[in-house]
Amino acid sequence: MKKLLSLLIASTLIIGSLTACSGGQDKPSTGNGDAKEVKIGINYELTGDVASYGNASVDGILMAFDEINAAGGINGMQIVPVKIDNKSDSAEATSVATRLMTQEGVVASLGPATSGNFMATIPVAMGSKIPVISASATADKGVTTDDKGNVNDFVFRLCFNDSFQGVTMANFASGNLSAKKAVIIKDNSSDYGKGLAENFRATFEAAGGTIVAEEGYVGKDKDFNAILTKIKGQEFDVIFIPGYYQEAGLIIKQARDLGIKAPVLGADGFDSPVLLELAGPEALNDVYFSNHYSSLDQDPKVQDFIAAYKAKNNVDPNAFNALGYDLGQYIADAIKRANSTDPVAIKDALADTKGFAGVTGTFDMGEDHNPIKSAVVIGLENGVQKTSVKVDPK
Amino acid sequence: MRVLSKKNIITLLLIVAVFAVVQVLISVKIINSFYEITLATICINIILAVSLNLVTGFTGQFSLGHAGFMSIGAYVCALISMNTDSTLGFIFGILAGAVAAAIVGVIIGIPTLRLKGDYLAIATLGMAEIIRVLFLNMEITNGAAGLSGIPRNTNWTWLFIFLMATIILINNFIRSSHGRACISIREDEIAAESMGVNTTKYKVMAFALGAFFAGIAGGLYASYFYFIKPNVFGFMKSVDVLVIVVLGGLGSISGSVIAAILLAVLTTFLQQFTEIRMIIYALLLVAIMLFRPQGLLGTKEITDMFKSNKNTEKIE
Amino acid sequence: MEQFLQQMVNGISLGSIYALIALGYTMVYGIIKLINFAHGDVYMIGAYIGFAATTFAKLGFFPALIIAMLASAALGILIEKVAYKPLRNSTKIAVLITAIGMSFLLEYVMMFFVGAEVRSYPKVLSDASFNLGNVVINMQQIYIVVTAIVLMIILQYIINKTKIGKAMRAVSADKDAAQLMGIQVDTTISFTFAIGSALAGAGGVLVGIYYNSIDPLMGMMPGLKAFVAAVFGGIGSIPGAMIGGLSIGIMETLVSGYGNSMYRDAFVFAILIVILIIKPAGILGKNTKEKV
Repeated sequence: MKKLLSLLIASTLIIGSLTACSGGQDKPSTGNGDAKEVKIGINYELTGDVASYGNASVDGILMAFDEINAAGGINGMQIVPVKIDNKSDSAEATSVATRLMTQEGVVASLGPATSGNFMATIPVAMGSKIPVISASATADKGVTTDDKGNVNDFVFRLCFNDSFQGVTMANFASGNLSAKKAVIIKDNSSDYGKGLAENFRATFEAAGGTIVAEEGYVGKDKDFNAILTKIKGQEFDVIFIPGYYQEAGLIIKQARDLGIKAPVLGADGFDSPVLLELAGPEALNDVYFSNHYSSLDQDPKVQDFIAAYKAKNNVDPNAFNALGYDLGQYIADAIKRANSTDPVAIKDALADTKGFAGVTGTFDMGEDHNPIKSAVVIGLENGVQKTSVKVDPK
Repeated sequence: MRVLSKKNIITLLLIVAVFAVVQVLISVKIINSFYEITLATICINIILAVSLNLVTGFTGQFSLGHAGFMSIGAYVCALISMNTDSTLGFIFGILAGAVAAAIVGVIIGIPTLRLKGDYLAIATLGMAEIIRVLFLNMEITNGAAGLSGIPRNTNWTWLFIFLMATIILINNFIRSSHGRACISIREDEIAAESMGVNTTKYKVMAFALGAFFAGIAGGLYASYFYFIKPNVFGFMKSVDVLVIVVLGGLGSISGSVIAAILLAVLTTFLQQFTEIRMIIYALLLVAIMLFRPQGLLGTKEITDMFKSNKNTEKIE
Repeated sequence: MEQFLQQMVNGISLGSIYALIALGYTMVYGIIKLINFAHGDVYMIGAYIGFAATTFAKLGFFPALIIAMLASAALGILIEKVAYKPLRNSTKIAVLITAIGMSFLLEYVMMFFVGAEVRSYPKVLSDASFNLGNVVINMQQIYIVVTAIVLMIILQYIINKTKIGKAMRAVSADKDAAQLMGIQVDTTISFTFAIGSALAGAGGVLVGIYYNSIDPLMGMMPGLKAFVAAVFGGIGSIPGAMIGGLSIGIMETLVSGYGNSMYRDAFVFAILIVILIIKPAGILGKNTKEKV
């Protein structure tokens, strides 16, 4: 009973600490501060499980911002990025988004990179009426539209959704490669792998194909020999690997080492120079993946970006870098067209994008806040991009 | 002990006052929505820490699997409240989640609680991993993609109600004869057993009760943060909770409360130091253990410091 | 049948890696009863040191392996001196939290310096493979298995035949009595950490070469599984760690190969719980009676 007193003291402490926190922090937080700079939030996975995707995206974003600032900024305003780490944790992503929008006074927030973490920021954006944009949240449901199919006004993305890429690769397998039987080896620990696998399976089966086996792995696995040995005993025409380069590179290498020669298919998660480092050139033959752009594309925009990125970082860009770069350009472009730092005006400009020419393709923003852009299916030969086939959205 | 003693009434009034003050601060926006999230995190972490303290601090059973129970509460509550979006559905969801977690706690507790020390820690860690893998592969939980669009029913009022209920119930449990049996197990299991304490029963009881409240915390988490996925409830989450308990002091409820608040303030502060926040966190962890391994309060409660002279006859 | 043999080859090479890490775990646990959570991260650091030695200093396999082992040993001693020694008389839980803290510290310091992206090793060992019937065996797999066995034999020799080994066994049996008999307990414990960490470092280099992929968080899962392996074989027992590592590797492979690959990790932990309940001392462990 005496201890009840401790409860109170504890509770008073809660208040104490909170009021202490909120004391000096009552900054006015409207987007229309002084007109010399504009704050844009960066809410990314900089530590934790998927830190490599978050860091890669942020590299691209900051590169775009640096270029814009060096060229005089947006209508004379310098971009001030406010970068906060969400630890690859969805609750932390919510907290960071709230902080950016209510404390830091950002006019828009970029990221997170993965669908789940991005979804966790959507209610905050809708409540604060400040746009959030992800360059790589690919989940079909719950991102730009809610459960009932209504568009989330303040939510945008720059990438394909899972169904587009899953369907594209299934059509490529049954059409271009005349495959009848496929094996899926999916990243079971990411929503990306799960979404792609479901869409691939549905389309491939609808086209008369069969999925002879579906195996799973979790991110950071290194040994895939067991599942590869298992599928080696079966008959199939292609392997589809919905996942990221870090594991896909190892899967391809180990598959080729075991003597599995079938073509390997993947999606934009394959696009990274690391894929080649991990798998080695000999293994990367007969490998096809869908992507936003191809390095074969002679468009100066693409070539300039690749050259500039390489000059700065000494490696070729991956898909996250390129998407991040476009994300930075896209938000700056929208602010410029809105000619305002009012988040609602920026939202309208984002929605009203026509013919935005980025590295990852030229697109119009669709009614449902997904970009309408075509994909390319890239074929690798000795680890180098050799063929690219353009696939238009339906 | 009368229920309406003077002290209890004063306590009650103070609790109501605490609630009212925070409520006012929220409604006049001194606590803005960002601090509200911090507040929610604090409340949820306190519930987790106090319930883990019952298992680890008071009963002496070392658990590294608290996040597993939390995830059960979170998923059950999320699934129920997504299908029946009402306050009633929410409360039912939280309680159902808590009961489910407690049942799993009993099922797992009976065999594993025969183990001791490090072995128990590893076994509970393994159990939490198994639960996570199951959620990752189940159809109803939507696997790695997680559940999104969970209606937000949790607000400060609910957080406070569940927080106070947890603290008071666990506090009373510890003061009861059951609680004393648990503490005797921590002090010396063999001696307790030879004095006729049914150690297995009390260990499982503490474990199940801890799981029950972890389930409540999970339910609150799911309905506050809109979105859950299996990876949220990984090893790191269990460690986070354990750190709060150890930092506050094993066997001190007020210590857990203070530590949860301190850590939340620290995390909020560290958010700005993007690249080195985890390094600082790790360094602090090691430093605290090196310089104050018994935690901030040891096994004392904060109230003990105010009555050094009055209660000298008290024997603990 | 061929498929089964191939799976055994896969399982044994995976298991040898677990065994190398488990050897260090089992030694440290045997002597100071501490689950050294940072052990998996020493393995990670060893992999990075090997990476630096082969990539930047252009060294070959053996020099890189030796450097990584020496550096890991030094790191192990440092960790023990800074973090664990002051806590030798503290509660178990305080030491365990410190170990977890050290593990995070190593992971995030590495992430700060080298970034989160995976790196790949240059080709320092031949990855030629040959076929026995339809079973494919890679040269690197042979290197891994042979290295693990050789290191285990050396270790077994050190522990059973040398003076320092005798001291280690004495400290493990009763620290205070050992001290009374004139054994330098601190030196012995440091030595144990050095050897355990050197083995982990060797494991890191081998994994880096075999899988060709290293990252700052690579130590977490293998670390836990190696601990499971150590418990499985009987903690404190060198051959036990070897058997435990191989068994876990083979079981994992068989679950993926003949069951459902998605439940592989769950299966490993389920095995752990079952072993702990049925035979807590592990396969080769000695049962100790509880004393009052």
